[in-house]
Amino acid sequence: MKLADIRELIGAEVLVGEDKLSTVEIEMACGSDLISDVLAFCHDKTLLCTGLVSAQVVRTAEIAGLSTIIFVRGKRPDESVIEMGKAAGIPMLATDLPMFETCGLLYGAGVGGICLGADGSRRGDVG
Amino acid sequence: MYRGGNDGQAIDRAGAAFSGAASPHSEPVLEMSFRVDRYDFAAAGEAASKIKQVLRQLGMAPELVRRAAVAAYEAEMNLVIHSEGGQILLRVDTEKVTLVACDGGPGMPDVSLAMREGYSTAPDEIREMGFGAGMGLPNMKRCSDSFSIESEVGRGTTVTAAIRIA
Ligand SMILES: Nc1ncnc2c1ncn2[C@@H]1O[C@H](COP(=O)(O)OP(=O)(O)OP(=O)(O)O)[C@@H](O)[C@H]1O
Ligand SMILES: [Mg+2]
Repeated sequence: MKLADIRELIGAEVLVGEDKLSTVEIEMACGSDLISDVLAFCHDKTLLCTGLVSAQVVRTAEIAGLSTIIFVRGKRPDESVIEMGKAAGIPMLATDLPMFETCGLLYGAGVGGICLGADGSRRGDVG
Repeated sequence: MYRGGNDGQAIDRAGAAFSGAASPHSEPVLEMSFRVDRYDFAAAGEAASKIKQVLRQLGMAPELVRRAAVAAYEAEMNLVIHSEGGQILLRVDTEKVTLVACDGGPGMPDVSLAMREGYSTAPDEIREMGFGAGMGLPNMKRCSDSFSIESEVGRGTTVTAAIRIA
């Protein structure tokens, strides 16, 4: 699913990456407010929905190679965090919808979740 | 062999040594160290970010780079949050990427408890930032091919993670 369609679907404001809306393709997403969970379970190229708005979220996205960040619950990061996103080339969207609804809409539109093995390990890892 | 600093040429040289005729020895081709200060959330993650960039420049496989970056970031955040400050050392040789995170205190009273998924002593204000899931050390272990913790209360902690270069 194109980022432009996702923006439409959840009525998001684009904070970073207006130019990437029609090129970035999202297949997988995860919702989390825990940094270590994101690092443990998110594949690279994953879209992250989160209520965290600190600089560490951008760092985490950079380290884990995440595709896009959506800030939920009407949260907006500071200008400095938006600048970090720009520098890192990570699209950032913001929606007033809560986490559950944001994830539900994405899932309903065909965006996949991350698959966990019985032991919590990641499956189908991208190389 | 290259030590310290952020010298691009030296990284190129290290890269050449790394991809050149396979050495039978595991002579270090690159060593860098990064200081990490307690509660410095503004700079937190810079070391891991730099480590990711250096490994990428060395031409390492993306999945290896990612594992090393995740391990480095978890180590760095633990230094920021739980230690009195310390250092991360990156060492690359022909066989593996090694990360060593050491600090001068406070040390862990029980290493096996600290390794348990979900165990965290992070205070509320740290949890509000998204840390404190008690997953950092287990994450580091999952990302590594060999992993060890040495810790002594009052003296400090050394966490070592190595990732084999396939
Ligand atoms: N360098 C350190 N010095 C002293 N104690 C540490 C150090 N690193 C970790 N610990 C202890 O080990 C616990 C578990 O660490 P771990 O990284 O697994 O989880 P966390 O940092 O609490 O949360 P998360 O990493 O998921 O955000 C910490 O809560 C802390 O009590
Ligand atoms: Mg941690």
